[in-house]
Amino acid sequence: MSSASIKIQVQTEDFDHAIEYQNLTENQQSAGAVVTFTGLVRDMNLDNQVTGLYLEHYPVMTEKSLMDIAQQANQRWQLGKITIIHRVGSLALGDQIVFVGVTSKHRKSAFESCEFLIDFLKTSAPFWKKETSKDKDYWIEARSEDSTAAKKWG
Amino acid sequence: MKVVFFGQLKEILGVSQLENVGPFENVALLRAELQKTDENWQQSLSSERCLVAVNHVLSDDSCELTGDEEVAFFPPVTGG
Repeated sequence: MSSASIKIQVQTEDFDHAIEYQNLTENQQSAGAVVTFTGLVRDMNLDNQVTGLYLEHYPVMTEKSLMDIAQQANQRWQLGKITIIHRVGSLALGDQIVFVGVTSKHRKSAFESCEFLIDFLKTSAPFWKKETSKDKDYWIEARSEDSTAAKKWG
Repeated sequence: MKVVFFGQLKEILGVSQLENVGPFENVALLRAELQKTDENWQQSLSSERCLVAVNHVLSDDSCELTGDEEVAFFPPVTGG
């Protein structure tokens, strides 16, 4: 098994999609495909005066679980590069929250592995969202659709 | 061992970590002991609504413990 070049970052700062795309495609002459996914903060409608989100995480385990997910993806698809960036702390509606990018020889493995990475991130990486509004904050409940999505990978 | 709590569970219990807990032979025994605290802990730590990680790896009640571990309890994750 060839080992992919893996980059994992958990940070409060925003990320630049163009720079991450450039980093992914740099020195990747054998890569025929790059697929990226960017997740945004959306209004979960738990309160009509939503101001944004607060993202809590479990330091150390967060990085460890993201690395584990990336290595699993590389075992299944043999990827060139994998980048996972997840933001934590206070975020506003519309802010970028997560970036997943992969390079691979072919499009199918690039599409599939990118979907695999975000599906597993959503069900196994220790992040918790709290929706913040003017008067009260609400913890977001885990969605059964997310665990169904992760289970389809077997 | 050290026990840590995250997310809504941390707020419900009103504590983020406990030092010098145990030792207990496995996660099930640790969980059962913590649940004796009161009705709130009993309910909040019940297995369906509460995940566990041992030394930063997702685990379960059967996981054996030696006493040096960091055990974390938290609600289903909601990142991404």
